[in-house]
Amino acid sequence: MPEWVWQLLILFGVLIVVLSIAAGLIWVERRLLAVWQDRYGPNRVGPAGLLQVLADTVKIFTKENWIPPFADKAVFVVAPAIVLVTVLLSFIVVPVTQRIVIADLNIGVLFILGMSSLAVYSVVLAGWSSQSKYSLIGGLRAAAQMVSYEVFMALSLGGVLIMAGSFSLVDIVEAQRDLWYIVPQFAGFVVFVVAGLAETRRLPFDLVEAESELVAGFHTEYSGMKFAMFMIGEYLGITLVSALIVTFFLGGWLGPWLPGIVWFAIKVFVFIAGFILARATFPRPRYDQLMELGWKVMLPLSLVNLLVTGAIVVARG
Amino acid sequence: MGDGVDEMNEHTSGERSEDITEETDDRLSGERDDRFSGMRNDRMNVGDAGFLLPVERRYGSRRPTSASRAWHAVWSPLVAIGVVFSHLWRRRDTIQYPDEIAYFAPRYRGRIILSRDPDGGERCVACYLCSAACPVDCIALQATQDETGRRYPEWFRINFSRCIYCGLCEEACPTYAIQLTPDVEMCEYERANMVYEKDDLLISGPGKYHEHDFYRVAGLAIGGKGKGEAEREAPPIDVHDLLP
Repeated sequence: MPEWVWQLLILFGVLIVVLSIAAGLIWVERRLLAVWQDRYGPNRVGPAGLLQVLADTVKIFTKENWIPPFADKAVFVVAPAIVLVTVLLSFIVVPVTQRIVIADLNIGVLFILGMSSLAVYSVVLAGWSSQSKYSLIGGLRAAAQMVSYEVFMALSLGGVLIMAGSFSLVDIVEAQRDLWYIVPQFAGFVVFVVAGLAETRRLPFDLVEAESELVAGFHTEYSGMKFAMFMIGEYLGITLVSALIVTFFLGGWLGPWLPGIVWFAIKVFVFIAGFILARATFPRPRYDQLMELGWKVMLPLSLVNLLVTGAIVVARG
Repeated sequence: MGDGVDEMNEHTSGERSEDITEETDDRLSGERDDRFSGMRNDRMNVGDAGFLLPVERRYGSRRPTSASRAWHAVWSPLVAIGVVFSHLWRRRDTIQYPDEIAYFAPRYRGRIILSRDPDGGERCVACYLCSAACPVDCIALQATQDETGRRYPEWFRINFSRCIYCGLCEEACPTYAIQLTPDVEMCEYERANMVYEKDDLLISGPGKYHEHDFYRVAGLAIGGKGKGEAEREAPPIDVHDLLP
């Protein structure tokens, strides 16, 4: 098999698998949330309610593609596409196994951080172009939250980068053959998980949507397929952050007995379920508490972690 | 995980005990009678509302050190995650409706019916009291009489799209004819179908009051039954007669 066929296969394989995971997560999240709230969740359509995904898809495709007359039309339409594109592009550098990676960029980490920064534009522009107060407040909160949590999301990876000595995600996983980085980089792991949660705008950090105060935050005015793109973007974001945590801290595809791809899938699913569990558990913090946690706890923690890791690595020579 | 939460409760209650009333303290220590055991199990006791108190009352003179506050900030979310996760094995609260039917108490106020005497006659005497009592005016009827002078409704109509199931008609009814039943499955696609006529309302049995027969206790001469012939009734006294 020529190399380019393999490349193409991986490309479309990753695209299809990732998109189906994002769609399937709608069902997974609803069932898991229900289970943790002593309910059943959707269990009527098809076996165990699995076809609920299909029913939802059909519903959302047949909805009217409505744009509010007061909205800034071009930006309004582009905004939901940005979140989808940036998250999907991030998957380019995520290695499922040593062989299954679309592009092993030697600046992989920077690429991902850049893409996640661009994703902020989606939310901010959506809030701005909607021309409605709730959307605007949601967008502003998104800007503040993303900017502050991005800082130590990158810093928390500093320790990993120092230890692995490479920006390539494949190299980072390879460097964990002896010891997963969750052990020496536990502080970095904690900070990255929190920052990742904030980057996906999921419940403990969903001040951007905050349905109890802002209707639906930045996507208040969105409906139909454009709303679905935000939803899919969010689920893709969960998948991406889980995959990144696994790659940076839990040795990616590494693991005994089972093939690498299975290990990767198991680890990623555990973290996806963890994100849903966090949503089931935590209330939404106040805005100032969010900022306080970010700048007064997480930033110093990641800085100290970076400093100590650097010192130890230098001392060892 | 449950131990962890209890432990925290004990801990915080110990910190606060000095400036909280005796009653609250008893409740926290769980040495009260069984009435409070449920509250304790549900972790809804007063101690959990401590965050409502102003800071100086919350901790008394001893404010927690920043180390212990940091420890709580880390530990309590972990406990919370554990508690939520443990719900995986709890019994579901959902009643899967079309497959399982929820229990309705016999006195539940649902669909309204018109019942019959034990011997099969209509109980309703068309007195209009239900119609008058109805706060939303959803009951309409027309009284008429049979050849023996016994009143009954010529037609009887309840508009269930108006009915609020308050049960005042049942309370007003002197003959136990109109009754509310524990049935709520009466959805319709067309509003007009929510209007029930007498045929839809009348059931074949006596409903909740099996033995009751209004005309057997009413003391009224009707339908071949003379005065004094009803149950637990003496023959009428001739008031003009002076004999003892």
